[in-house]
Amino acid sequence: MTDRFNIYRYAAPSAFYPLAGAMVPWFAAAAVLFGLAGLWLGMLVAPTDFQQGEGYRIIFIHVPASWMSMFIYLVMAFWAAIGLAFNTRLSGMMAQALAPTGALMAFLSLWTGALWGKPMWGTWWVWDARLTSELILLFLYIGYMALVAAIDDPRRADKAGGLLLLVGVVNIPIIYFSVKWWNTLHQGASVSLTKSPSMAATMLWGMLLMALCFWMYSIAVALIRVRTIMLERERNTDWVRETLEGDGK
Amino acid sequence: MLRIVTAVVARDLRLAMRRQADIVSALFFFIIVVSLFPLGIGPEPDLLRKLAPGVLWVAALLATMLSLPRLFADDHRDGTLEQLALAPHPLGLVVTGKVIAHWLVSGLPLAVLAPVLGLQFDLSTEALVVLTASILIGTPALSGIGGIGAALTLGLRGGGVLLSLLVLPLYIPVLIFGAGAVDATVSGLGGEAHLSLLAALTLAALGFAPWAAAAALRIALE
Repeated sequence: MTDRFNIYRYAAPSAFYPLAGAMVPWFAAAAVLFGLAGLWLGMLVAPTDFQQGEGYRIIFIHVPASWMSMFIYLVMAFWAAIGLAFNTRLSGMMAQALAPTGALMAFLSLWTGALWGKPMWGTWWVWDARLTSELILLFLYIGYMALVAAIDDPRRADKAGGLLLLVGVVNIPIIYFSVKWWNTLHQGASVSLTKSPSMAATMLWGMLLMALCFWMYSIAVALIRVRTIMLERERNTDWVRETLEGDGK
Repeated sequence: MLRIVTAVVARDLRLAMRRQADIVSALFFFIIVVSLFPLGIGPEPDLLRKLAPGVLWVAALLATMLSLPRLFADDHRDGTLEQLALAPHPLGLVVTGKVIAHWLVSGLPLAVLAPVLGLQFDLSTEALVVLTASILIGTPALSGIGGIGAALTLGLRGGGVLLSLLVLPLYIPVLIFGAGAVDATVSGLGGEAHLSLLAALTLAALGFAPWAAAAALRIALE
């Protein structure tokens, strides 16, 4: 690896801060582009579903949000593992920066799911396995954020939060399957999400574009947030002072 | 290796016996919570019989959690915990001992009390046996997983509430299989499958959770 491009260099907040700043506009622009394309395809081009009418279009928000909520937790656990294994400062900050976005996605997914469920199933909420485990995922996000917020020492907060994330990620499959079995035993209102009709290609494309949009949005927002966290944590260092003075503030 | 575990268990039990009020108050909390439900819902035996497994199990979760903050807090306050962490024995074994002691003073009494409270809910003998067995098998997992939460929140502001936020979502599988075992027995399906899964959860929790809790303690003690 040459001196010019050494990925490990960016593990230092002083090096990552400008890089993150340079990346934010690109990801934000990509989010807007994908979002516009996805919404155009989803709202205008995709045909009306013959069973569900126009209401099904909520899946263009709902499905990407659910995917992101699960994926972000995995990414946070990945950063937590890196942070605990290599004792890097940036990893904990990344995990913390991602948490609110992940919680937002979990909340969005539940909220849009309820909005979709009312006209389709006739009820805002069923104790379906997926809904329940999404709710528990939201609880896990909230628990992580509460723990990190309660610890004053940022290093300890990173490590304790990281450990909680790893414990959580081990537990997620256990929780998911226990909820699933519980649900099949209790199956009261027989609502099945699994036998969904095969999707038209435009719908699928719309959903994929929206997923990319959510992906880019999450990256952009997490980078903005991690920049703020870096400045706050390292406010006593020279590079922060220089950076802030360089901005003319 | 076993010696350190038994030594910690014996020490924690002796300490707990000197402060019996703590144990008793957690037990009365369990009894009171369980007794509140019929008052809130109404005394119809059919309804109560249906609710009993869930109510008893949720109350057991809460009662176990009540005593969790004290798992490490006292030892942390007087410096014992740091000495234990400095000892040549693996900290995970020490935590295992503390978890076992915690179960002996919190989980085991719950299992003894549960059949009596189950009678209030008009459960059949068979269901009472399964209820007792499920609480007996499931509560060690609660103590183990709770140990992680107690170690993570050691010495924090508002530790108790935070602890419940962290730990309760992780308790859900135990609740599902514990209450499910009794439910399945009541409905005639047989609770063996649930009890086996519950035992698997407990073994996994007792095997892994103390080491995670030990890592959390090291973070807290830094």
